[in-house]
Amino acid sequence: MAVGWMKLEFSRVLQGGSRLGVLKGLGRTGQHSLEVPGCLLYSRCGTVPHLTQDTLHNLDKLPSVTQVSLDHLAEHQEVLEEFKEGFKKFSGLHDTVLFCTLNDPATPSPTGYTTNKTVSVWGSGGRIELTAAKFMALQKLLQPDCYVSMADGETWQDNTSRKRVRKSVERTLAHLDECLLVHQASQELEGAALFGVVEGGDVPEERSRSARETAKRPVAGFCLDGLQSGRLNGALRSQLIAAVIKELPEDKPRLLQGVGRPDEVLACVEAGVDLFEGFFPFLVTERGCALCFRFDTAIDPESGDGTPPSESTAEPNGDHHPDDPTRMTSFEMDLKDKRYRDDFRPLVEGCGCYCCQNHKRAYVHHLLATNELLAGVLLTLHNTAHYLAFFAALREALAADKVDFLKRRVLGQTETST
Amino acid sequence: MAATSACVETPPSTDMSFKKALAVASPLTLHIVAECPVTKARACDLKLPHCVVSTPVFMPVGTQGTMKGITADQLDALGCQICLGNTYHLGMRPGPDLIEKANGLHGFMNWKNNLLTDSGGFQMVSLVELSEVTEEGVTFKSPYDGKTILLSPEKSIAIQNSLGSDIMMQLDDVVSSTVTGPRVEEAMQRSIRWLDRCIAANSNPHKQNLFAIIQGGLNAGLRKTCLDEMTKRDVPGFAIGGLSGGEEKDDFWRMVTLSTDHLPREKPRYLMGVGYAVDLVVCVALGCDMFDCVFPTRTARFGSALVPWGSLQVKHKQYAKDFKPIDPDCRCPTCKRHSRAYLHALFKSDTAAMHHITIHNIAYQLNLMRSVRQSIVQGRFPDFIRAFMRRMFPSREQYPSWAVDALASVNITLE
Ligand SMILES: [Zn+2]
Ligand SMILES: [Zn+2]
Repeated sequence: MAVGWMKLEFSRVLQGGSRLGVLKGLGRTGQHSLEVPGCLLYSRCGTVPHLTQDTLHNLDKLPSVTQVSLDHLAEHQEVLEEFKEGFKKFSGLHDTVLFCTLNDPATPSPTGYTTNKTVSVWGSGGRIELTAAKFMALQKLLQPDCYVSMADGETWQDNTSRKRVRKSVERTLAHLDECLLVHQASQELEGAALFGVVEGGDVPEERSRSARETAKRPVAGFCLDGLQSGRLNGALRSQLIAAVIKELPEDKPRLLQGVGRPDEVLACVEAGVDLFEGFFPFLVTERGCALCFRFDTAIDPESGDGTPPSESTAEPNGDHHPDDPTRMTSFEMDLKDKRYRDDFRPLVEGCGCYCCQNHKRAYVHHLLATNELLAGVLLTLHNTAHYLAFFAALREALAADKVDFLKRRVLGQTETST
Repeated sequence: MAATSACVETPPSTDMSFKKALAVASPLTLHIVAECPVTKARACDLKLPHCVVSTPVFMPVGTQGTMKGITADQLDALGCQICLGNTYHLGMRPGPDLIEKANGLHGFMNWKNNLLTDSGGFQMVSLVELSEVTEEGVTFKSPYDGKTILLSPEKSIAIQNSLGSDIMMQLDDVVSSTVTGPRVEEAMQRSIRWLDRCIAANSNPHKQNLFAIIQGGLNAGLRKTCLDEMTKRDVPGFAIGGLSGGEEKDDFWRMVTLSTDHLPREKPRYLMGVGYAVDLVVCVALGCDMFDCVFPTRTARFGSALVPWGSLQVKHKQYAKDFKPIDPDCRCPTCKRHSRAYLHALFKSDTAAMHHITIHNIAYQLNLMRSVRQSIVQGRFPDFIRAFMRRMFPSREQYPSWAVDALASVNITLE
């Protein structure tokens, strides 16, 4: 069974279902690990948006796993065929685990192109249709350390019929079987970890069936698809995740696709999710915003911590639009706003990122106002650092039984800011 | 910038003894490290308030207080000792008051090495429609709010004082290098008068160096008059202006060499707007120390990488499967890590592709100037030029004739 070295070790499993631990033995030689709950490092074509490797490494404690998606890679098939040494080497990524997913979580794909035998991805040159055979041929060229099996995830639209949901579960299982056959016979993919995809739309029974059937296959982990932000409410999502997790083995990681908002992350971790795609900071950067929500748990926010709101390090000024992932959330501040024109504070007081250590809000505001490329660079550095620190705080809170404090801190802001 | 009425002042006396008496020891020293025994080239250490600059030097242009997606640390790591900011852009947004509050442009962009700012005049004349030049200054309509604004010599210096640049440029009356007739002389004479007003207006002469700009179009007589007049002023450095605007290269190099012939040896010479590799090498041979140009960073955005044999269009199909670095001999962060093929692919997904090329291009320009300097110091600049030309052009026949002539004028024969 080609599951490689990957092993999930828990230091704590909470009653509700939250799991704290380390995913060990990642990579072809098994030398990498990733703490869970955690997120992957989001990339486009192997590059964290806006950043060169030098600027990226201004960030410490980067996740050891970099996500790439076939949306950006499929069009380079011929090039990779000629290159022969895999995508990591092609893109100059030396010391990371490469995790390949089908779609870019930050760029929703058009729907209506999925067939019984194919799925589509959208590159710079338009749509590329993939059969399972072509999908696996691509994976052999990319030689990722982990990858997600081909899946029909087109069930998130409103009014998707039960019949369509059932079909998506069937197709996805059929794709998985085909992928597994190739995977197990492939030298190029030896030691790579294949994640099976759980579909089932918003139908709990289909979710359970998809999970149960996928778990019967020799997969290294599970990917929960079709539950992305903006498509269903949090309560329903948690309920569906619960239905899925009941069917999944304890010892394999669970990645949730398309969810990145801090409040949703908290809820999904409680439901038993281990891994997230790290695309949320990218969305925030693209709208010219900086993450500024608080996640410090040293003092319970409700027992009073001596920090009056006026001294709060940042003022989130977003409205709540949970239905639209492109809209600003209450976890961020809009640096394009005129009020930051002469604000000589760092984006977030106390933040150790390159941007906050070296620049002021006024400067980032100026870069945004003048459409300068450095704005994206600096915001990516800050937003990524802030988001990773949030995950670190979440793990600490799980270890110290302070998840409720953390939730109040993170969510409290949402309530008071509107 | 203030409205028209606010900043008109009577031009102060142009009496020279008065000016000399006011002169302060400038915050600039030029130490000539080596002079080429064959050409007019020299290698100097130019000491400025923030650090010593090794010349000849290429200065990258960071128009809005940022270098095209490159962080200040990255620029510093490439060895950049001085870069440019544009007074017109920064004066408009975010404005001099805000930048002053941020401890000048250095503080605002967090740049620890030197900065040079232009006067804003050139940008205004070239970017803004309906700008009008009078004795008072340049009047134009703000593209942001439509207000009429006067950029006088005093105003330009006031803004540059707020920006806190290590080198400020005088406001000059810019005419296109292809214009002929009385307008050229008028602009030259006015630039001299404006220089005096700029000197008088500098409120920070002990920290900020003001450079004069030699004008006179392509007319040798006018250039000479301007040189004679301006070199009487006690300014820390001189720029050669009004060139690089579409004139014939034959006219261009003759005006450059005429200028360096008459500029004082002990002061830096800055050739404005020049940045193509061949132009840089030739104009160093003609005696220039400092250069700036938007070209290397602008062209990077379109995927054009500078290489010793010209340029390489990374976005062209031919590089899709080319797994070599941009320049196998380049040691910049881009070439050390990435292939032409990867950069070609990345251009389809993310702006970081541009940043990679920008870094390479700045590295190319700075390395070129470092090699030039080293060859001057080691007394082998003529050989350097010959090797450089051989690498840049596939054959002797393709050497541009103006470059051959210009080099011949400083005793370099190309085989
Ligand atoms: Zn920060
Ligand atoms: Zn390079």
